[in-house]
Amino acid sequence: MSTDGRVSPARLQELRRTAIQVRRHVVESVHHAGAGHLGGPMSATEILTALYFEVMDIDPAMPSDPDRDRFILSKGHCSIGLYAVLAQRGYFPEEELKTFDAINSRLQGHPDMAVLPGLDMSTGSLGQGLSPGIGMALAARLQGKSYHTWVVVGDGDSQEGQIWEAAFVAGRYGLDNLTCILDWNGLQQYGWSTEAGYGNDNRLPPQENPADRWQAFGWHTEEIDGHDLEQIITACGQARVASGAPTLIIARTVKGKGISYMEGDYSWHSRPVTDEDLRLARQELSAQEETL
Amino acid sequence: MANLIVTDQLVAQRDVFGNTLVELIDRDPRTYVLDGDLANSTKADIVSKERPDHFLEMGIAEQNMMGVAAGMASCGLIPWLSSFAVFLVNRDLDQLRVVVAQPNLNVKIGAGYTGLLTGKTGKTHQEVSDIAIMRAMPNLTVLAPADGVETRQAMLAANEWEGPVYLRLTRDPHPTIFDADHDFRIGAAYIVREGTDVTIMSTGVQTVRALRAADLLAADGISAHVLHVPSIKPIDVAAIVAAGQKTGRVVATEDHTIIGGLGGAVAEILAENAPTPMARVGIGDTYGESAPNEELLEKYGLTPAHVAASARRLLQSGPGVAHI
Repeated sequence: MSTDGRVSPARLQELRRTAIQVRRHVVESVHHAGAGHLGGPMSATEILTALYFEVMDIDPAMPSDPDRDRFILSKGHCSIGLYAVLAQRGYFPEEELKTFDAINSRLQGHPDMAVLPGLDMSTGSLGQGLSPGIGMALAARLQGKSYHTWVVVGDGDSQEGQIWEAAFVAGRYGLDNLTCILDWNGLQQYGWSTEAGYGNDNRLPPQENPADRWQAFGWHTEEIDGHDLEQIITACGQARVASGAPTLIIARTVKGKGISYMEGDYSWHSRPVTDEDLRLARQELSAQEETL
Repeated sequence: MANLIVTDQLVAQRDVFGNTLVELIDRDPRTYVLDGDLANSTKADIVSKERPDHFLEMGIAEQNMMGVAAGMASCGLIPWLSSFAVFLVNRDLDQLRVVVAQPNLNVKIGAGYTGLLTGKTGKTHQEVSDIAIMRAMPNLTVLAPADGVETRQAMLAANEWEGPVYLRLTRDPHPTIFDADHDFRIGAAYIVREGTDVTIMSTGVQTVRALRAADLLAADGISAHVLHVPSIKPIDVAAIVAAGQKTGRVVATEDHTIIGGLGGAVAEILAENAPTPMARVGIGDTYGESAPNEELLEKYGLTPAHVAASARRLLQSGPGVAHI
């Protein structure tokens, strides 16, 4: 774990390799399940990898440790990305990823803390993740615990009004043991079309100027490249330092990142992966591994 | 059991709510109160004054408040939400569903100002559908105590109950039914008056009016049995079936619409276990308005006289006439 945000070049290479394997698990799991979300898990891959492999104070062998860092995926439809990371981190066998979305599976379409140890909160109805994060951060303060709470929200996710209720209350309580990471991938499931008409490249981003908005609610903000593991780890290290206010890390990302035909295409928010799609994705991911 | 006498000792459930929250904090320091900017109405302000370290103001933002409670509960605390029922039921229903009921987290919902008697605030502030909505939500326990004594006991039981609880409370002072020997248990119903001709089943503070209806019927020579059902879910199926079979006629009454509330629950149970002619006495398929309490009870059909009249009709003609 890196508490000061520093990480060696060798470790960074290892984490980049891990992120590629996460993407491979996501595509293979969705292909196996028949359908699922892809664009969002791909944009959040480096964020989730950095958190679970470097940033958070956690132990997969003790998923209920009261002193562990907490994590909430507010954009719960990106569950397969989180499952891929949890499996690789050792929370459950990677083989179990094949049960994603199947009957009786612990890997539900949206994260269900009632069935899968390691999940700190159930999510899936958008805009709801930050508020339980406030509850966890307040609980740490009330119980004299030093754990940190991390919440990943999406730019579509934070169109919901509850996010702004939460932003206000977290600011009012000065919760510097709470960090929110905005996966700012610039697309939502459908969204607004531009004047140029409907088409893959003609969608308006879900929201603009997040720094201005969140600062107005009393948050520190830090903007980074959300696919640069070193920048993520450094920003998280800074966010962990007590400052009297919660931190928003604005992670600029690309929806569908890592698979050329998915990148920046809103139609890959959620859809089936064909055999040919899978073959191409595997080819691209292997090529990325070779150039590391 | 001996017939209970409705005393003239008027107690407001909200006063008991505020004082009992302090008692709960002293008994179990994991207990915290979250307020939706209405503490001086719901009387959670007693906590803010007497146990300020256990009082968290959440402002006018109920969706967030429900989520914060879920997060606290996931870390082993026992959060009590305090606001008006209309907001706790409707404004954050999806948050209750997804982050409290589905993961079965230990959140307690102190829903003040239910029913029509909300201090002349009118239909926006009168929660008349909460029993129906809350009892339809899996994992949720739903309680509606009758008086101050039972409110305190229900809160003690709720705090020790592992899982989410919805507690239905009324704003204004009501007579006291139970003495300190009352033994409230989640899942139990209580015979508060023995009778043989007809059973009146009621919940919450409406049980006071059910007992007074029994007095009116007694004057006509009709012996009314009164079953108080404070635990809406889990519900005491055996007690409801036994009372239905004993008298062969059932009137269900509540300060709630007649759709899906206590009357609906009783009808479901009797239809499946012991089909019994019954009538429902409550608010029709309508919303209330702002007016003095007695005039609201009269206009919307909740007085002891309304309950007694429904029982007489049921005895004379079989199945009663619903208010729809």
